[in-house]
Amino acid sequence: MSTARAGDPLLLVRQLRVEFQLPSASPWATPWSKKETLRAVDSVQLDLRPGETLGIVGESGCGKSTLARTLVGLQQPTAGAIFLDGKDITHLGEEGWRQLRRDVQMVFQDPLASLNPRMTVGESIAEPLHNLYPEMPLQQRWRKVRDIMPRVGLEAAWINRYPHEFSGGQCQRIGIARALVVEPRVLICDEPVSALDVTVQAQIIQLLKDLQAELNLAMLFIAHDLAVVKDISHRVMVMYLGKVMAQSSSKMLFQRARHPYTRALLGSVPLPDPQRERAREPQVLEGELPSPLNPPSGCVFRTRCPLADNLCSMQVPALRQTIAGDYAACHYADQTP
Amino acid sequence: MSTPAEVLPDIELVEGRSLWQDAMRRMLRNRAAMVSSFLLLALLITVTVGPWISGYEYDQLDWDHIWEPPAMETGHWLGTDSLGRDLFVRICQGGRISLMVGIVSTIVSLLIGVSWGAIAGYFGGRVDAIMMRIVDILYAMPFLFFVILLMVFFGRHILLIFIAIGMVNWLDMARIVRGQTLSIKNKEFIEAAWMAGASNRRVIYRHIIPNLMGVVAVYVTLTIPQVILVESFLSFLGLGVQEPATSWGALVNEGAQEMERAPWLLIFPASCLALTLFCFNFIGDGLRDALDPKDR
Repeated sequence: MSTARAGDPLLLVRQLRVEFQLPSASPWATPWSKKETLRAVDSVQLDLRPGETLGIVGESGCGKSTLARTLVGLQQPTAGAIFLDGKDITHLGEEGWRQLRRDVQMVFQDPLASLNPRMTVGESIAEPLHNLYPEMPLQQRWRKVRDIMPRVGLEAAWINRYPHEFSGGQCQRIGIARALVVEPRVLICDEPVSALDVTVQAQIIQLLKDLQAELNLAMLFIAHDLAVVKDISHRVMVMYLGKVMAQSSSKMLFQRARHPYTRALLGSVPLPDPQRERAREPQVLEGELPSPLNPPSGCVFRTRCPLADNLCSMQVPALRQTIAGDYAACHYADQTP
Repeated sequence: MSTPAEVLPDIELVEGRSLWQDAMRRMLRNRAAMVSSFLLLALLITVTVGPWISGYEYDQLDWDHIWEPPAMETGHWLGTDSLGRDLFVRICQGGRISLMVGIVSTIVSLLIGVSWGAIAGYFGGRVDAIMMRIVDILYAMPFLFFVILLMVFFGRHILLIFIAIGMVNWLDMARIVRGQTLSIKNKEFIEAAWMAGASNRRVIYRHIIPNLMGVVAVYVTLTIPQVILVESFLSFLGLGVQEPATSWGALVNEGAQEMERAPWLLIFPASCLALTLFCFNFIGDGLRDALDPKDR
């Protein structure tokens, strides 16, 4: 496989759309009546370079997990294209995806639930090697497992222990070791820290950050908490109801967010200083998240947006550049202070 | 296969405790289950070596001692039946048959049922629908009618009992395993296994089946007595084993006919049967508590 030149995107996503067919909720529905379509991910574009971390934030149900699952082949896209290293991987069969697992790996949300309780830690970490490199001699396989364990902060002596003998943070380290043992180039992290408590979160984020720099990984980091994403990402993408609302460099996003939704999200991050936190004007989004089965016309955020007017309900705002490296999908992105 | 300990001699490994080992420790603390296990083991040993100690054959007629109550001096420890056959040896021989029917039929149903249920549950959709409809159709067949048909066509043979009971029993097993598979399938570690490149076959046999063995183990200990009872029932109707061979069910049947004249012919086989059933049920309860302590 050809290696990408530095600077070329490793993972490229264009106009990705993922839809689910749901049976109608009406009490008169029959198995053959028309199904409702839920658009979980809509026209998402993104590119990811080696050594770069893209953070994805959004409320629950905004499609970020579906996006992640689509990028690793656990979910079929409805439309759009995914390229890895310039190769179209959108419609690979099962076998094609299996080959790709050497390059694209994933860290899961629930650390304990993502480990098979009947397998030792060593067996769990060796599982990708067993399946993806069946010709690798057993000795080498176990040596690889032993070598990766200290790198994620686990003692190699624990190789024969079982997941239930570890804490949540340690289990997540096992999950990271399992993803990295095949030396992938892309790592997708689907809310890897949301099930952990805050101090452990910080440790895991630091670990991912170090490993990413060390292995020159292209990393997609999903969270529903901006504070978590801020620390690890080079760029941040904000999603709402399956659509990309804004994308910009991490620094720029936190200094001067263009999109009203991003600013609302930023407003919900508590400040570490209690006096400043108290002095701050509370910014709470009004209203409920609309049903993705029946999204608002025009801009999907308009029902909760303080700037919304007629234009927003008629025309879908395109994701456009406001200043260099900063994109927002809002008609009034330039007018925000 | 080389283990981590062989490949990595330079580090001292901390041995983990698997869920099975945990369950074992809880099981060892369960008094009823442990007593039952010992009783069952004792029964199994007696049934196996009994005939060699006794000195009588199960089909040997002793015309001098017909309908004799239990007596130590004649060597007929549990008495004799209407033909002067030694009851102790016959109980041992019948026990062999009964336990063998119970264990072999259960293993057969285990092998078919677990794979069938796991495959149906894992693949879901149309595969699941077709496989489970086959199970439903087999369920609808009248069991007794089926056994009688088998006997009529192939003659009475102990193997047919195995086949008949096994054919019926794996249906329950398949349903239970399918249900368990459906719940395990949605766990995150199955997705993680796919991410690790595991084939469907490997996901089923390495990730799903080991995780449902707890439920299956409990079910097996409850199936064995059930199968023994079914065999007794068939023998009672005269569809089971053929004379002079016998089983506990057949012995109880004979004993019941002579209940007033020779009560020992009923009491001893019936208590053996009851004891075995109790033991298996206690072990099943113990296993259930040991494997799933939260469910108690």
